[in-house]
Amino acid sequence: MTNTLHRWSEHYAPGRRAEAPPVTDDFIVFAMAARGLNDEGDAEKYRTFARLAFAHNPVNVGDGSRGGMYRPSPALTPGAHWRRDDRPDPEVLLRGIEGHTVLAAVFRTREDMEGFVRDLKAADLGISINISAPMDAAAACCRAAGLTRHSVEYSLGFQGRLDRLPDRAVLEISTMCGHGMVSGNLVKKLIDWVKEGRRTPAQATGYLARFCTCGVFNPTRAEALFEKARTSGA
Amino acid sequence: MLIDQAKCVACGNCIPVCPVGAIYIDPAAGRARVNQDECVECHACYRGMSKEHLWPPMVRAVRRVAKAFRFRFDPEPDICPTDALTPQELAWPRIVRRAFSDPLVPHESTGIHGRGTAEVKTNDVTGRVKEGEAGFVIEFGRPGVGARFRDIQKMTTALAALGVEFERQNPVTSLMSDAARGAIREDVLDEKVLSAIVEVKVGLEQVPRILRAVEEVARQVDTVVAVGVSTRCAGDGSERLTAVLAAEGVPAYRGKTNLGLGRMAAVGGGR
Repeated sequence: MTNTLHRWSEHYAPGRRAEAPPVTDDFIVFAMAARGLNDEGDAEKYRTFARLAFAHNPVNVGDGSRGGMYRPSPALTPGAHWRRDDRPDPEVLLRGIEGHTVLAAVFRTREDMEGFVRDLKAADLGISINISAPMDAAAACCRAAGLTRHSVEYSLGFQGRLDRLPDRAVLEISTMCGHGMVSGNLVKKLIDWVKEGRRTPAQATGYLARFCTCGVFNPTRAEALFEKARTSGA
Repeated sequence: MLIDQAKCVACGNCIPVCPVGAIYIDPAAGRARVNQDECVECHACYRGMSKEHLWPPMVRAVRRVAKAFRFRFDPEPDICPTDALTPQELAWPRIVRRAFSDPLVPHESTGIHGRGTAEVKTNDVTGRVKEGEAGFVIEFGRPGVGARFRDIQKMTTALAALGVEFERQNPVTSLMSDAARGAIREDVLDEKVLSAIVEVKVGLEQVPRILRAVEEVARQVDTVVAVGVSTRCAGDGSERLTAVLAAEGVPAYRGKTNLGLGRMAAVGGGR
């Protein structure tokens, strides 16, 4: 599940432009047990992870085998085209956790992530906890929580047929679902709709978040990127 | 994936939803269809779209009237109004597509959802990558391009020629007919998947050589290649990989950090 490693941004892209601002609103923490080594009774540990996360203002929380906080509806009525209740229900996520999976929580601020990591250290779940974020932010979080990092994995970016990739505005949003469930074509369509005034950035974000099955899509960042695309000519 | 032709009303909502652009409206039939050669069986359309269960003849009639008056529809873009998307029974070798493309299907070879790899995410428990070693994760097809195993084999054979060690607990390795040569089963070579990850482990001194080999093969494939590399930190949290990457001119700004909070059940201690 390398679904958060290659979140594209202008700042972290190879050959980055000096003026591209750093990413300061996208921090992911996830929990994963090792199959056959420490996964016995892991469902309760994952539930604890999720409950602790909900206390630190996450913008998304996801169960890798069931879905994130934002999920599609199996049976809508036509009224949904005018009024649609898409508020996330944390209880649905908590009830659905069972057996081997990966739990992830996404935060808008480094402070929220640090508070959560401190709680995780105190909870001592015994399963692996990882941060997926700019390396300097992860290092600062470790220092704040009194942890020494065990291993690191770096994203070295994309190679090959780069001409087959969508443009940067699309890429920055679509790669927030590393499994590729958020289609670049849908992002492009929604950027156009936002520009045309047919949808708000928040509405466009809501559509996309429901496609991310493991809940690592960052709706807050996506909304800001839609707003930026609306006015930047991207 | 199939689209039930009796239910489809050609609203077109599913077309941009497909991560690899495999859905189109057949103008002769006036229905959406799936290009089966391009479809990677990821189920993003079937699972990600919300559904209404409207009566297709009624929806078609409304659409015809609106079209005659040049009214523009402005429906919710993530809804299939007639629940027309229909998963199909998959047989070998096509079933490989779903295993590598649908993140909710755990890989049989590793039991892990998503792309089926653990990498260093559980390194504090497994000890898979040690100090002085580098674990490469070379991913094909992401984001939204897809890859065929014939292209992936170009990389695995090139890496095998360098004497690398392929990770055994990895879905691509499980499809190899000859891991020593990096050869993948002939019957899956033309199958297209949303993404697949090749994992190899080498000594840190080998990192520049692998980077150059990956770069060379990436120029020869018809897809995108995303590269990640990992290592185990020393007891004080420092590591030597960053310096190796910097010497090669490779930036390493973003990534994953394993916090070392995992431990083996009952017997304790992965560190």
